[in-house]
Amino acid sequence: MLRGRRRMECTLDAQSLISISLRKIHSSRTQRGGIKLHKNLLVSYVLRNARQLYLSERYAELYRRQQHYPDGAPLLAMPACPPPAAAPPELAVLPLPADTQDREARSCAVVRGGAELLEVPVCAAPPELQRAPCRDSSPGFYRATGSAGPGGGSSNSAAPGLLYAAGCDFGSGGAPHCSSRTTVLDLDTHVVTTVENGYLHQDCCSQCPCCCQPAPGLASPPPTPGTKRKYYPGQEEEEEGVEEGEPGGGGVAGGPPFAPCTKRARFEEYSAEHPQDSSNISNLISIFGSGFTGLVSRQQADSEQPLNGQLCSKQALASLGAWTRAIVAF
Amino acid sequence: MIDQADIISTVEFNHTGELLATGDKGGRVVIFQREPESKNEPYNQGEYNVYSTFQSHEPEFDYLKSLEIEEKINKIKWLPQQNAAHSLLSTNDKTIKLWKITERDKRPEGYNLKDEEGKLKDLSTVTSLQVPVLKPMDLMVEVTPRRIFANGHTYHVNSISVNSDCETYMSADDLRINLWHLAITDRSFNIVDIKPANMEDLTEVITASEFHPHHCNLFVYSSSKGSLRLCDMRASALCDKHSKLYEEPEDPSNRSFFSEIISSVSDVKFSHSGRYMLTRDYLTVKVWDLNMETKPVETYQVHDYLRSKLCSLYENDCIFDKFECAWNGSDSVIMTGAYNNFFRMFDRNTKRDVTLEASRESSKPRAILKPRRVCVGGKRRKDDISVDSLDFTKKILHTAWHPTENIIAIAATNNLYIFQDKVNSEMH
Repeated sequence: MLRGRRRMECTLDAQSLISISLRKIHSSRTQRGGIKLHKNLLVSYVLRNARQLYLSERYAELYRRQQHYPDGAPLLAMPACPPPAAAPPELAVLPLPADTQDREARSCAVVRGGAELLEVPVCAAPPELQRAPCRDSSPGFYRATGSAGPGGGSSNSAAPGLLYAAGCDFGSGGAPHCSSRTTVLDLDTHVVTTVENGYLHQDCCSQCPCCCQPAPGLASPPPTPGTKRKYYPGQEEEEEGVEEGEPGGGGVAGGPPFAPCTKRARFEEYSAEHPQDSSNISNLISIFGSGFTGLVSRQQADSEQPLNGQLCSKQALASLGAWTRAIVAF
Repeated sequence: MIDQADIISTVEFNHTGELLATGDKGGRVVIFQREPESKNEPYNQGEYNVYSTFQSHEPEFDYLKSLEIEEKINKIKWLPQQNAAHSLLSTNDKTIKLWKITERDKRPEGYNLKDEEGKLKDLSTVTSLQVPVLKPMDLMVEVTPRRIFANGHTYHVNSISVNSDCETYMSADDLRINLWHLAITDRSFNIVDIKPANMEDLTEVITASEFHPHHCNLFVYSSSKGSLRLCDMRASALCDKHSKLYEEPEDPSNRSFFSEIISSVSDVKFSHSGRYMLTRDYLTVKVWDLNMETKPVETYQVHDYLRSKLCSLYENDCIFDKFECAWNGSDSVIMTGAYNNFFRMFDRNTKRDVTLEASRESSKPRAILKPRRVCVGGKRRKDDISVDSLDFTKKILHTAWHPTENIIAIAATNNLYIFQDKVNSEMH
């Protein structure tokens, strides 16, 4: 996207663009005349562009760090991320332009178990977006995690500076944040559906080739990347009512219960075929829309900054759990 | 403070140019009529005065979907005149209405059973019979709704276009285009549907559409991705598959966060000849030859100095403004609006362009409009406006050109300006 000398500035612009865009989507819900599909679609394009740049910048940064510590020593002795419920310091201390990236890396990276992993809360993006920056901007990064690819499992996690798209909601100490309920109305068929869904850590991992190690606390390891998910037997019937439902969690046999969706398979195939396809735009509308709403409600306790765009965008980028999708009811 | 309801949202001349209709955000339509030129008052010749005003649409509430439906008039299109009455279509986001405009300038007098006020007479006072006669009266313009085409659209209607067959018309929303018969309101045919099976796969929407001026089977629609699709209704009932796709590859050196927004086409107009199409996106107007799909034949920069300001224009929502464009009668000049109440004209033959301003201060009646210039740094001439002092709240989104003469109608927020080129009244 925007490359060149002003990388840092571009990244910051990306963040504020994301904030502004989220605000626009949010305010469009209360505008007279209903949500304007065209405008929201265009806003989601800006979101996608800003996000791609932001993520590519992050991965480039992390790759550079990895280059500095080739011997596998713990990259950084990171403090654990405090839970958001406790008015988290990383949120209270809003990222200032100069030390944006450092602060975020510091506050949200976690050293897990015996593996020297640097989890970064940047892979809240839909998988195809996660993979794009991996491939494009940080080839070394991709190689490093390639060893932890299919069949990798946890043993390779000691690879130096292993990065993967964890995208956990760190606030809950590693347990994946999930399940929010969304009510969906298809304007054409007038079908109303209530979908319980969540965007689990393992869903993210299994889709991203960079992933290998599940966070502790999950019931089961994710399926190896590249393989199709298995579904619960009764899943098909459950999904019939979902017109434009959410590919929330995939069905991992034996995994924690969450609303599966038949569309997940299609989503995977689709992502595989079009890794950089930018066509999940209304996807993004939904993600950001509902994520923002969730963020807003969480922040209402903080009356001083009720709708601080930057705060929201930080959380938006950091918190995977907010990526529930709601169809914008047009 | 401007009352939002007074903001003009559409402007359209009828086929002869005698009438000019405007719609506003309050759902009202105002029709202007051109005064016939008279030798007695040469200064009044050709001026437009208010002919009729009526409330076309009212705000509605869709209880099923919990959506408020704005009364703003999105588009007005005149029907070709077929008898003494005039007809036009007006539409808001959801409902299209056909209005009939008639004149009454005589009234019957001399009824036997009723008196002047219409009260029944006492029969004992009636001693003789008379034949009622028509006497002239002050002109009264009556507007009546003849058809209401409702429930055809789930999404917001952005354009309507009357077919050259004078029997059908189409209406387009974000994802679908419907074909209606002017006399039938309870059903319409869906001829384009770009709604994906999974809304998550949505990548583009329909932004404008128009029937070909001569070929009743052809129509074009533009998309938010900057492409045009020409469709032939003879090919199939559902015209999802285009006959021609007009698309210009994006210039990669111009790529930015906002590339998708500024490439979205906000208006498409066939030339009067039917040979060309005119499109408007945020920064340019383009002329397309129907026979060439790979790129436009002409591109004109409307306000390229805004390219470096896209970020702030995104913040204040101006980047989403939908400007319209217009051809003159001979297809030699194209016109479109800009900010600061400026509008631009491009002469396709001489390649010259001019920027003019529509404002009370800068134009007294019958004064000649002075060309304006926006300076982008460097040498600044007197009367130049710098980019940073442009008023982005004063935008000219809607313009119309008289079908045969050099008369233009410019909507500047809540004001309508009508400019005439007396010197060069003939098209050339």
